[in-house]
Amino acid sequence: MKHLIVILPIVIPMVTAALCLLTWKWKNVQKVFALLGSAIILITALNILYRVRSHGILVEQMGTWASPYGITLVADLFSSIMLVSSGIVGVIIVVYSFGCMGRRRESCGHYPLMMVLLMGVNGSFLTGDLFNLYVWFEVMLMASFVLLAHGGEKLQLEGCIKYIVINLLSSVFFLTGLGILYATVGTLNMADIASKLSTLDEAGFTTVIAMLFFVAFGIKAGVFPLFSWLPASYHTPPVATSALFAGLLTKVGVYALIRMFTLIFTADNSFIMPFLLVIAGFTMITGVLGAVSRNDIRKILAFHIVSQIGYMIMGLALLTPLAIAGTIFFIVHNIVVKTNLFLVAGIVNRLKGTYELKWLGDIYKTYPLLGVLFLIPALSIAGVPPLSGFFGKLFILMASLKIGTTSSYIMAAIMLVVSVLTFYSMTKIWTKAFWKKAPAEADIDQVVTFEKNMTGVVYMVIPTVCLAALAIVMGVGSNYFFELTWETANQLLDKSQYIHNVLGHASSNVAVTF
Amino acid sequence: MEIELALTIGLLYGGGLYMMLQRNIIKLILGVSLLGHGTNLLIFTAAGLTRSWPPIIAKTATAANENLADPLPQALILTAIVIGFALTAFILVLFQRAYTVLGTSDTDDMRATDR
Repeated sequence: MKHLIVILPIVIPMVTAALCLLTWKWKNVQKVFALLGSAIILITALNILYRVRSHGILVEQMGTWASPYGITLVADLFSSIMLVSSGIVGVIIVVYSFGCMGRRRESCGHYPLMMVLLMGVNGSFLTGDLFNLYVWFEVMLMASFVLLAHGGEKLQLEGCIKYIVINLLSSVFFLTGLGILYATVGTLNMADIASKLSTLDEAGFTTVIAMLFFVAFGIKAGVFPLFSWLPASYHTPPVATSALFAGLLTKVGVYALIRMFTLIFTADNSFIMPFLLVIAGFTMITGVLGAVSRNDIRKILAFHIVSQIGYMIMGLALLTPLAIAGTIFFIVHNIVVKTNLFLVAGIVNRLKGTYELKWLGDIYKTYPLLGVLFLIPALSIAGVPPLSGFFGKLFILMASLKIGTTSSYIMAAIMLVVSVLTFYSMTKIWTKAFWKKAPAEADIDQVVTFEKNMTGVVYMVIPTVCLAALAIVMGVGSNYFFELTWETANQLLDKSQYIHNVLGHASSNVAVTF
Repeated sequence: MEIELALTIGLLYGGGLYMMLQRNIIKLILGVSLLGHGTNLLIFTAAGLTRSWPPIIAKTATAANENLADPLPQALILTAIVIGFALTAFILVLFQRAYTVLGTSDTDDMRATDR
């Protein structure tokens, strides 16, 4: 039991959620618990990342049942990077919630729900067991359902219905794939499945199972034909919840896809990878076109999530070390920057009372610093150097050009066009919300019922500034970050390392404990 | 026996998807439940149907009985049933609430968030 630290990212949010529930009536105590809990999660995640980097993959058998029989928690570089990202988003959103949630939602369990969500997310990142992954997905989904409907406004309930139905369908696909996979290899441990599938001589059948998993995780990640739930639901809850979902939830789907297609379904790449490449292209294009057509800041940003998922799938489909390294860099960048954009949108809404570009204007004149705060993540997501988005895209682009086949050149071209369109829709927000002359007060009053409420804005600004700083640091220090993701990519692509660590340690671990 | 079960599973999936494509949200819930049952049955069938001994090894035995049933699928199904139960309960409450607030049970009238 020497790596017990890997269960902490699951246990801490659980304990924090329980403490928050025990102090249901005192919302200020809940706030303290939530802040402390999320800060400890972040510190633990950083510690895990440090340990994994210096000592290699950390494996812990739950209940000391030897793997492949028990549930294994595995922290490799990829999971620990994702843990750190979710830790950062957790702290940021907790602080932001102090400013933006409002008393009603805060005293009705916003913080415990958030903690349960973080528990599900961290569990999905850490587990080395496929059925356990399903369970963590459900934990995460259950919390996200409640958070999405929390407050019970008309639009929220409507968005929540769409979100729930499609996610239940995704769970059905997941379980179906799981059942058939279990029937094929007789194990649920991911490392064990990987080693058994590689000796199985039925590539066609394995691809069928792989496609079931692709649909399951593709729905969660929001890839091309399966993303319609995302722009229909992500803009409905309060902005702190939107930002949390936008930053984390779809990336859990991407994480699962990357894990599946680098560890388990690697045998039949001649079909899966070109397929993923096509999907990636369509995801990028449809996402960005949807964003261009919208006139509400949050809806534009929600469509951009889809488009950015396309880049990640593209990096996965190229499957070279450089592409995977670029993808991981891009995922972290996207978690930071996407959350940041939603947070800025929240501040805009607090100051102006609306997200509609039509009713906004003059923000740069009245709040020039907010303009800067928006420009940093906006330029970063469009891919302007020296911000983080530029490097994320650059690595994937380089990988794609290096492969040098026709399809990879086409993908590179699509990527560049999509970047331009991303830039266009960011400038659209900039010109319409920040530069344009605001419409006359009299017109606004008809549509926006709004009382100017500046309390708590400071809690909204601080986390936003921190994330913007992080985007700059990731860009300027991209060399250091790229080194880390490069190591991660090599670890991911060398799956024997993962398998050996999970299955190899098993016997010795049991011997020590009994 | 596998054939019959496979046909049942197919029927449950087909019926579930058909119900999910209906416009009424109550039928949607029924569809989700049918799909869930189909999946549980699929896990049960796919893992192998055998008449064999319960997977318990007597204290005095030195080796396991050759012909033991696999206990894992049942455990998986049990977990899936519990999760499905919780989700169904939540969805029922949510849909009831949505019906009260939105004033409709027709999914075609729920287009406000798509625009």
